[in-house]
Amino acid sequence: MCLQIKNIRIVDPSQGKDVIGDIFVENGKIVSKFSNSVKNSVQKTIDGKGKIATPGLIDVHSHLRVPGQEGQETIYTATHSAAKGGITTIFCMPNTRPVIDNAPTVEFILLKAQKEGFVNVFPIGCATKGSQGLELSEIGVLKKAGIVAVSDDGLPIVNAQIMRRALEYTKMFKLPVISHSEDKELSKNGVMNEGKNSMILGLRGIPKQAEDIMVNRDIMLAELTGGHLHIAHVSTSGSVNLIRQAKEKGIKVTAETCPHYFTLTDDIVKLYDANTKINPPLREMEDIDAIKCGLADGTIDCIATDHAPHTQEEKNKEFDLAPFGIIGFETILSLILNELVDNGVLSFSQAIAKMTSNPSKIFNIEKRGSLKEGSIADITIIDPIYSYNFKRESIISKSKNSPFIGREFKGGAVMTIVAGNIVWRI
Amino acid sequence: MLKTILDSDAFQDAVSKISKKILNNNQNINELAFVGVQRKGVFLAKKILSEIAKLAKTCESQFPFGTLDITLYRDDLDNFSLDMPLIKDTVIPFDISRKNIILIDDVLYTGRTIRAALDVLVNFGRPKSIQLAVLVDRGFRELPIEANYVGVKCQSEKFIKVECEEIDGVNKVMLN
Amino acid sequence: MFSNRGKDLLGLENLDKKDLQVILDSVEPFKSLFTRSVKKAPTLIGKTVVTLFYEPSTRTRTSFEIAAKRLSADVVNIAVSTSSVVKGESLIDTGKTLEAMKADYIIIRHYLSGAPDMLARNLNASVINAGDGFHEHPTQGLLDLYTVYEKKKKFEGLKVLLVGDILHSRVAKSNIWALTKMGAEVSVVGPPTLIPRNIEELGVKVFYNLDEAIKKVDVVNILRIQLERQQENLFPSVHEYVELYQLTNEKLMRAKSDVLIMHPGPMNRGIEISSDVADSQNAVINEQVTNGIAVRMAVLYLLKKSGNSGNVSSN
Repeated sequence: MCLQIKNIRIVDPSQGKDVIGDIFVENGKIVSKFSNSVKNSVQKTIDGKGKIATPGLIDVHSHLRVPGQEGQETIYTATHSAAKGGITTIFCMPNTRPVIDNAPTVEFILLKAQKEGFVNVFPIGCATKGSQGLELSEIGVLKKAGIVAVSDDGLPIVNAQIMRRALEYTKMFKLPVISHSEDKELSKNGVMNEGKNSMILGLRGIPKQAEDIMVNRDIMLAELTGGHLHIAHVSTSGSVNLIRQAKEKGIKVTAETCPHYFTLTDDIVKLYDANTKINPPLREMEDIDAIKCGLADGTIDCIATDHAPHTQEEKNKEFDLAPFGIIGFETILSLILNELVDNGVLSFSQAIAKMTSNPSKIFNIEKRGSLKEGSIADITIIDPIYSYNFKRESIISKSKNSPFIGREFKGGAVMTIVAGNIVWRI
Repeated sequence: MLKTILDSDAFQDAVSKISKKILNNNQNINELAFVGVQRKGVFLAKKILSEIAKLAKTCESQFPFGTLDITLYRDDLDNFSLDMPLIKDTVIPFDISRKNIILIDDVLYTGRTIRAALDVLVNFGRPKSIQLAVLVDRGFRELPIEANYVGVKCQSEKFIKVECEEIDGVNKVMLN
Repeated sequence: MFSNRGKDLLGLENLDKKDLQVILDSVEPFKSLFTRSVKKAPTLIGKTVVTLFYEPSTRTRTSFEIAAKRLSADVVNIAVSTSSVVKGESLIDTGKTLEAMKADYIIIRHYLSGAPDMLARNLNASVINAGDGFHEHPTQGLLDLYTVYEKKKKFEGLKVLLVGDILHSRVAKSNIWALTKMGAEVSVVGPPTLIPRNIEELGVKVFYNLDEAIKKVDVVNILRIQLERQQENLFPSVHEYVELYQLTNEKLMRAKSDVLIMHPGPMNRGIEISSDVADSQNAVINEQVTNGIAVRMAVLYLLKKSGNSGNVSSN
């Protein structure tokens, strides 16, 4: 089966391409034109007028809750939700129950994704056994099983020596170590950003320094070891500056942020709505500005969701008792378009690079994140004038914990294609 | 359109008429005490008190005098969709037991205010009697309450406005 | 009243000067009730007031109970250790259950900030915050405000000093909101570890030295120091705290001669306050308690009655 998308604006940052033309897909791959053998077989044609085709979006940070917490999310609902958001590949963090620190669990997730998934799922393996931060996990075995990075996300690697070893050991596999940068003592009992709002609300604060100190430590260890450090969910202006300096010095560090960190401040916590409880917490205007700056100058390479589903029962609690995290697959693209592209922070192509070419480069994902000939035909089709109100009832994820419910968006994915198959369309 | 029912002179005549009747009915002036219902009943009570002092050829301070606010005793507090009414002073600086209390208000209408005022009074003790004096009886009672002393009867479904010199600069009663 | 005549009282942050003045003006009539032989009015007759306390409290709970009873409401007290909460019921479900039993007012004390807000958002009943975590204790703030007003008759230019653990004090927070809105000059004093970083943004002055802070003040409000804070390394020892921050007659010499001594209770005599100060002429600690009942009656009276609206006849 083959597919032709006609008269569409093709934006592919991997080739610096922005043209109006046709896309040809044959046997799940991008081709420049159909081969003779398929010319007479079934062809599907899509009119792409007024729409934009980009490489399928890659989300490098999500929590799928499988195995162990299927009440919050399943592979089926997560990948369906991602497809709706225009995402064709998701990386899942290993803090499941049990954690992903062994090959069978990696294989289980890959099998499950093959069976019920709408989009590609690439697991991230634990950096340490049981995510305990004490001994390195069998990273080589995990790599063979299919992981794309290692991380103890949800928790920092407290022991600097272990972090050093992780950065050193992973060099031979070209696997980045993703750092959840948090000084647990400084953030102890904290539930929101420390500042005026936390003081007024009487909630314990998490100072920005809890993040900055660990980012700093890990950058120093990356410098020491030459390992590849990837900083997860950057939320502070301090982190942005540290990463920028590190990159200038040539240290192998990359970074991601999430839409909420360039969209919301801790003002939104005012109603004690646990759908605004996230770790790292929502910060302040100066941080939003710094993150936008970091995105624009390339300090921050990727934008990821940190999709963290929690049920209503878990979230509808006293703020202190509710778990951290929000869902993100279904809003990330529109937030990037409205908050970054429409406001002139990034060009459309720069913005798309943060979820396509950059992730594929950083995590060595071959044949994805690009529309080059021969690439796997993961394609996101965006309608820049598609307007909608993000309603709770329309959420596909099994959990509904989003602070963006009720928000008006303009521009979003109207079709998602994975390996040449349409997995979502409006 | 406001129609005057009592002008300044007629207002004074009504006060005199009420005062005379009160004295006629209460020979033992040592047992008399006056309580005005907030807010215009208080001013009216003061006028009646001073008239009675004149008639009895004694001084005003001879008579115990109190003010009473019914807000906390209203039966319609649930119905306030705007701000709750401000509570005014209830000051009854004497023992009401064995007194003949003259309870005074400006207008008697449904009778609900007086019902509440009676409830307030009995919380202060057990008076010998309570008699009611009003300047205007507007009719349309919703409770079995009647005044002992009435300045003027004016059956009206429309709002009746009593003006007092203390607040409005003139003594007057008008029909809306 | 209470920000567009809300049904709830969750904090003083969102009340304006006018709201606060209305409350202050409403207290006296309730206080005068206490001098009558019958101290009750039928204002809330037939209404049900539930006190739902997730933290131990004698003073506040009793004060609310007396206030509600003097307004003729029926009062039910729920202490959480004996309720179904220990069986794992969520706060919202507990609230909904009480509402299903036709509770008109729920007075909640909770160890976590924002619990009353959450309850109020989910219920039609009126919710009154009786202290939540480190957030607010609005009725304490109001009774402190009233006590100052009763004694000093004004706020403009008045110097008020709060002493002690500001960081964990909901009483301090409510006092700061109320007093600054009314025009008083508020200062706080305590060890830097117990003063939140951004407190100046609320318009208060910060001191670390009690001798300096207490100069020429009109009111000193002393906060209870919780001994468990020592374990969090917020101050090294009670001994040192007493040395630096205990309010003694000697320290008090620097304040104005007619300084008011206030304490929200319960007091740790000999720790944050010396006994002679607590028992001095200038102490109004017991009057605060009396005023607390009148203030809570005023709050119960002024809150919008849930689920009712209609016309009110005149004359």
